[in-house]
Amino acid sequence: MATDTTAAADAASGAGMPQLDITTYSNQIFWLVVTLVVIYFVLSRVALPRIAAVLAERQGTITNDIAAAEDLKAKAAEAEEAYNKALADARAEAQKIIAETKADIKAELDEAVAKADAEIAAKTAEGDKKIAEIREGALESVKEVAKDTAQEVVAAMGGKADARSVTAAVNARMKE
Amino acid sequence: MATEANTADDGGLVFHPMDQFIVKPLFSDGPVGMFTITNVTMWMALTVLAIIALLVLGTSKRSTVPGRTQSIAELAYGFVYKMVEDVAGKDGVKFFPYIMTLFMFIVVSNFLGLLPAAFTTTSHIAVTAVMAMAVFIAVTVIGFVKHGAGYLGLFWISAAPLPLRPILALIEVISYFVRPVSHSIRLAGNMMAGHAVIKVFAAFAPMITISVGVGILVTPLSILAITAIYALEVLVAFIQAYVFAILTCVYLKDALHPHH
Amino acid sequence: MEGDVVQMGAYIGAGLACTGMGGAAVGVGHVVGNFLSGALRNPSAAGGQTATMFIGIAFSEALGIFSFLVALLLMFAV
Repeated sequence: MATDTTAAADAASGAGMPQLDITTYSNQIFWLVVTLVVIYFVLSRVALPRIAAVLAERQGTITNDIAAAEDLKAKAAEAEEAYNKALADARAEAQKIIAETKADIKAELDEAVAKADAEIAAKTAEGDKKIAEIREGALESVKEVAKDTAQEVVAAMGGKADARSVTAAVNARMKE
Repeated sequence: MATEANTADDGGLVFHPMDQFIVKPLFSDGPVGMFTITNVTMWMALTVLAIIALLVLGTSKRSTVPGRTQSIAELAYGFVYKMVEDVAGKDGVKFFPYIMTLFMFIVVSNFLGLLPAAFTTTSHIAVTAVMAMAVFIAVTVIGFVKHGAGYLGLFWISAAPLPLRPILALIEVISYFVRPVSHSIRLAGNMMAGHAVIKVFAAFAPMITISVGVGILVTPLSILAITAIYALEVLVAFIQAYVFAILTCVYLKDALHPHH
Repeated sequence: MEGDVVQMGAYIGAGLACTGMGGAAVGVGHVVGNFLSGALRNPSAAGGQTATMFIGIAFSEALGIFSFLVALLLMFAV
């Protein structure tokens, strides 16, 4: 059928369908075999072992990393535990110190209070004594002044005041 | 005969949907001999270079955290490895390099063939038939070496009723021998069909240079169609490589475990 | 129009052969549709069966490709 071919290409291949042109088969098959052999050797000698190694290595790395992560996690937990323990210890220590200090302060305070009380009591007593003395002194002065005043008054009124009787009179009046 | 369609009477549109598949010598005009350097040679060499670039140079850093190229290489490796392991079973893994070779060759030449003005080596029945026959022969040999005459049990379906078994056996034998045919023609046909359809639409694209009235409608439509078919072809390029590889695995499984 | 009856027959045959591709399209659609309806009912089992789906697609598609090949042969090779 393909006799009235128009294109030069058709004349070269000899048939309408290049796939059915038997003269090119040997060429294609030869180069196909060469190609496949080359690809096979490249793949089986270089590429596939390399990719397999890379994949295996990655798997190994991932496994290692997971193990390392587990390790680190355990370490972190340990550290946390230690930290908590230290914290608790420190807290207990602090409580102890606080209690001790409180006790010390209380003792000191009590002592100071007692001392102050004693001092205050002593000072009060002293004050009382001084007041009594002053009162005594004042009474004496009053007697003296009264005696003098009485003698003067008596003298001024023209009488002669006997010192003894004045004193007796003053003493009697003061006792009232 | 397709070239007859380019007669001048429909205004100069040129249809050469099959010309892209012609095998021509690169450096001479002579006939295509067995060792002639042809465009087949060139595109197969490019395929090899692309595979080397991807799987060898791309992984040369061997980094634990992969870069872009290395990711693709590892993805391809893992994809094919898992496919072989899942379909052919654990003892099929030792054939993994062969299936990887086939898969990489097909997928890379399919994709290279999608480049404009490229030659698609996998669109030739000669190429796919060699691969399919290689798989067929290898699988048959493996089956007989591993199971001896027991491999013929593949055709004798003991689950079926006894009177039916000879008929089923006949059907099984026929389907067994049709395997390489469908295996090879599926790949070549898909590639050829897709590229021919793109070419047909491409031939409509310059319509606007011939007749503005018709071309104003036809040209954008055909360009749109080329884009759509091209997208489909990208998908098909991968799926056909996948199907070829997975069918190889299925045949391999039949050879390794014929009684399943 | 030049040509002869044989050529006309070849072209008609090529066109008729192309209807086979429609059958393949129906088949592939059937495979994928049923896979999808099954997968949506039991999504956990779907992942393992994608390979099976592709094998099914490949087998049904192969027949469409055969009809396409017949069309091409009629067009170009007969």
